[in-house]
Amino acid sequence: MNLTIDHILAGISAGGQYALIAIGYTMVYGILRLINFAHGDVFMASGLIIVYLTTAMPLQYAIPVVVIATVLLGFLIERAAYKPLRQAPRMSVMISAIGVSYLIQNLALYITGGLPQTYPSIPWVSDSVEIFGAITKRVTVITPILTLILVVLLVVLIRYTKIGMAMRAVSKDFETSQLMGIKINKVISTTFIIGSFLACIGSLLYFTSYQSVTPTSGAMPGLKAFVAAVFGGIGSIPGAVVGAFVIGICENIIKSSTDFSIFSDAFTFALLIIVLCVKPTGLFGEKTTDKV
Amino acid sequence: MKKIVALVLAALMLTVMFAGCGDNTNTDDTNTDEKVITIGIYEPASGSNGAGGKQETLGIKYAHSVCPTVEIGGETYTVKLEAADNQSSNDKAPTAAAELISKGAKVVLGSYGSGVSIAASDTFKNAGVPVIGVTCTNPQVTEGNDHYFRICFLDPFQGTVLANYAYELGYRTAYTLAENGNDYDEGLAYYFTQAFTALGGTVENANFPENTSDFNSYITNAETAGADVIFAPTSINYAQLIVEQAAAKGADIALMASDTWDSNQVLAAAAGKDIDIQVTTFYQEGGNAEFDEGFKAWLNSDAQNITDNGGNDMIAAVSAMGYDAYFVALEAIKAAGSTDSAAIMEAIWDVNYTGVTGPITFEGDVNGDAVRTTAYIKKANTETVAWDFVKEQGVN
Repeated sequence: MNLTIDHILAGISAGGQYALIAIGYTMVYGILRLINFAHGDVFMASGLIIVYLTTAMPLQYAIPVVVIATVLLGFLIERAAYKPLRQAPRMSVMISAIGVSYLIQNLALYITGGLPQTYPSIPWVSDSVEIFGAITKRVTVITPILTLILVVLLVVLIRYTKIGMAMRAVSKDFETSQLMGIKINKVISTTFIIGSFLACIGSLLYFTSYQSVTPTSGAMPGLKAFVAAVFGGIGSIPGAVVGAFVIGICENIIKSSTDFSIFSDAFTFALLIIVLCVKPTGLFGEKTTDKV
Repeated sequence: MKKIVALVLAALMLTVMFAGCGDNTNTDDTNTDEKVITIGIYEPASGSNGAGGKQETLGIKYAHSVCPTVEIGGETYTVKLEAADNQSSNDKAPTAAAELISKGAKVVLGSYGSGVSIAASDTFKNAGVPVIGVTCTNPQVTEGNDHYFRICFLDPFQGTVLANYAYELGYRTAYTLAENGNDYDEGLAYYFTQAFTALGGTVENANFPENTSDFNSYITNAETAGADVIFAPTSINYAQLIVEQAAAKGADIALMASDTWDSNQVLAAAAGKDIDIQVTTFYQEGGNAEFDEGFKAWLNSDAQNITDNGGNDMIAAVSAMGYDAYFVALEAIKAAGSTDSAAIMEAIWDVNYTGVTGPITFEGDVNGDAVRTTAYIKKANTETVAWDFVKEQGVN
């Protein structure tokens, strides 16, 4: 164990990135009871889009365009692959999600030709700075701060706005809220739009730290964010954020030991199994009450 | 219900097996008017080694464009190239190999990456098809095989060369970084460690899991271990990330790596950064002016070639190796005087060919390895974004 400030910083930064993806999982689950497997791939697609955009336009235009494109992608996936299955059993939607995930990955493989794409460096954000004697990119510091700001905004949106109230209602009871005049499709679309927006910001931060995009780069962060969402209690936004930071930091602490660094991924998934066995609802999960 | 599922699965597997057999026996070139011999390209076009595999394939294709026919027993045969993508994955490797066999490949070239070569070795062996490894440097590829050959140097040699060179530069503590479960990475890290500790240096070994993109912690660990050099014989995907992150941290550690890092993609990642990267490789641009000129002209003739080569017309050593491998195969076919795989396999042992990467002869006792005694050492020039030639190094 040679734990240094570098490991903690890297862990907090990784946690922030996982948190932004995890929110997308947890919100969709809260409302649709669907695990959106394509979410990690939307994250990757967002990275690829900006790689191709920067060849055509300067970065300051590319960033807003990529945000819009990613949001649109998330919206279209919901409309094309999940909405037609609204009345179908939940399993069918889940299988559809897996299908979308493979579709995006293979599309990316086709477009990139399997070559890793170098992510553009964003000036200022990717400069190196010194924090507590450790040299790292500025993005490492920005990530957790930006994540917390976005999460606070999101919580405010859900607590105090009309659409937020509608979202809470839908997540409580799908059918009744429909009867009460809530436009269910609008609420679900909004959920996907918010989720994709956060995934896009997450992708900007993640790929600025690790500047290489491959068709499978969404898989691992996506999976870990999913574990974070389950750990925090799937459906709960603060839970997902706490879970993500716990996983990010623990992982990097494990990596600080040369003998155990190889188990850093195994730890994440062992944690998933333990949580599911011991406390299936996670840290902040809602209690399931069996109705008779 | 379970029984039915099991039966259906079993039936499917049987069908697949028979389908494979059928394809094998049906391919025969002799019944067509034009005389054709098929050479298989067994290379990754995707996955972590996709970039390198594509550059190697480019070399083979260029060689084919230079010499698309071969004389067999006084008749001119047209050479047909068939490629299969092994996706840099050991699981997919046997399928890709079977695909080449079913397409009628008489001799196969490849692969970039030792793991996939080892994984597919038995498939080729059972079909009796000889394979000429281009840049798979792990000893296990050819060990105990008489169907797998290779034209490059081996990892015990490469690892030792790098260890000697690192020691020569005054490095005494090294940190090795290898992908877990990757035969190529772990093999090289092992041989490097052996040689470096024998010289009196100390080495700390680390492995990272597949799909890792965060190397910050590993670089920090290397720093705290007091390492002078990080030896990272990884694939290009990881190389880009390691270079990037080491530079961003301002780590005062040199990077050393093996032939995989000899790529314009690694250079692109290092461009304009304050970082010291040295690699061993098979060929130095400028080693054969005629080849360099012809290959660049050919690359520039098609936009797709440039894309496959990583966006510019810099010559990768693996392309030169691919070029030589194709001609070694042609020499063997000529010497065999037949399109029969078994005859070609016999003939490869005696091939004596001087390629752009130097003379190629096979050891000819147990394993089909080419005799190679020098490696080229290159250093990344981060200002001109090119590889500077340092020296040729052997194992003394």
